[in-house]
Amino acid sequence: MNLFNLFSEIETRDPEVFEEISNRRDALKQFTSSAGKIALTALPFAIGSLFEKAYGGPPPATSVVLTVLNFALTLEYLEQGFYYEGLQSKSLIPDTADYDTFITIRTHEKEHVAFLQSAIKSLGGTPVALPTFDYTGGSGSGNGPFADVFTNYETFLDLAQAFEDTGVRAYKGQAATLVGGGALLTAALDIHSVEARHASAVRQLRYTLSYSTTKPWITLGDSGISSAFNSNYGGEQNLIQAGINIVDINGFNINEDAASEAFDEPLSITRVQNLVKPFIAS
Amino acid sequence: MGRAGRFIATPASRRKFLRYAGLSGIAATVLAGCTKAISNYKGDGKGPTGTISLGTGDVGILNFAYALEQLEAAFYTVVVADPYENIDSLELSRLTDIRDHEIAHREFFKTALGTAAIPALTPNFTSVNFASRASVLATAKTFEDIGVSAYNGAGSLIVNPAYLTLAGKIVSVEARHAAYIRNLITPGTFADSTVINSNGLDMNRTPAQVLVLAQPFITQTLDGSSLPTS
Repeated sequence: MNLFNLFSEIETRDPEVFEEISNRRDALKQFTSSAGKIALTALPFAIGSLFEKAYGGPPPATSVVLTVLNFALTLEYLEQGFYYEGLQSKSLIPDTADYDTFITIRTHEKEHVAFLQSAIKSLGGTPVALPTFDYTGGSGSGNGPFADVFTNYETFLDLAQAFEDTGVRAYKGQAATLVGGGALLTAALDIHSVEARHASAVRQLRYTLSYSTTKPWITLGDSGISSAFNSNYGGEQNLIQAGINIVDINGFNINEDAASEAFDEPLSITRVQNLVKPFIAS
Repeated sequence: MGRAGRFIATPASRRKFLRYAGLSGIAATVLAGCTKAISNYKGDGKGPTGTISLGTGDVGILNFAYALEQLEAAFYTVVVADPYENIDSLELSRLTDIRDHEIAHREFFKTALGTAAIPALTPNFTSVNFASRASVLATAKTFEDIGVSAYNGAGSLIVNPAYLTLAGKIVSVEARHAAYIRNLITPGTFADSTVINSNGLDMNRTPAQVLVLAQPFITQTLDGSSLPTS
């Protein structure tokens, strides 16, 4: 399991990404126009051949794309395994409607895993191996701060919200890396908004059960959980977008809560790495 | 206005029609009130008429997003100004949040685009019965799902990475809205198979596909023919 090698590889590549992709935009444009005609179900297989056509072989930029995809795959593994274990713990989720919600979410995470694995293989890459997770957040000790994750529904929901909201931030943080990526970028965006739907739904469950006053959207930098999750939400309190102050913009009565809620914020790979680290045993 | 005309047949329906007609005025005023003078468009004082070109390149895509945000903001402004019958306080609070988010998006694009911005649009909500929870939520669901698919489909057309990230910041909020509205209508449908395919991917639409869906709600004709397509 060389997950951390992967992360550091992405970090070292990050500075070059824009330049590399910029140079290849014209090639990728052809990729996009062709890909638009392809059914989504066929995408993982089409991606490989189209990259071949665009690049005339595996180019350096493909390795950058692959590291991003493997980064995403790791997060999807984390989520898929989390919901699998949660749904296996029959006494954990008390309500059948809640159970159905997590079946829906788990199904999507499983599909994301399969999709990303397929896309990675199509590009000639090797999907990163499935890590062993420690959902207590104990880095393998099995006795981390969330030791009751699969026996206490409230803890399970706390982590579900944090994983989904953080997943949204992680995908968002890589979107710019994939500029010019055509159908591959579109697929990443399509996953990104699914994670946001999940996050909204989990937040609604927590509110309904009075575990939190959290809304379906993120207010300021407030996790709506506990201070243990502050790092997952740091930066979400941003009120300035592209240099424009959103509070009371153009004379409209937009308060700080609404201004922060209206825009979700990206997270860097380094930040995501630090957040995920306690949940990986090996 | 054939549908509205039918409302007038009975006193109760007339009340609803008048209520709607009044709100329609509010929406137009809200839109007109937030735009600069539009001297190069002929109209009735409530906004420009005729055809509006969205433009080309990244600016065209941003104007496309601005048009959709105008539509959403106008819709929720009406919803909150005179909520549907028997609305509960939590729903009203959440819908007020959504209104504020959409206004923030609209004003953000307007400010960011500056002189390149399209003018204020006049909404056409004649197909919506604002007194009815079912009608309002169904329309909200339509708008939010269209919005998500629009940003997802337009992302690959954006050249500037910073603009793409900004679009990403907005689309996930639209997806949060969509999931909330969908669960209000039918619990558990926040991400059902009508929007998520068997690869676990959300829907995406080209600007041309989105404009076909959005046009019935907009008085002016939006021309997206100069937008990038690849």
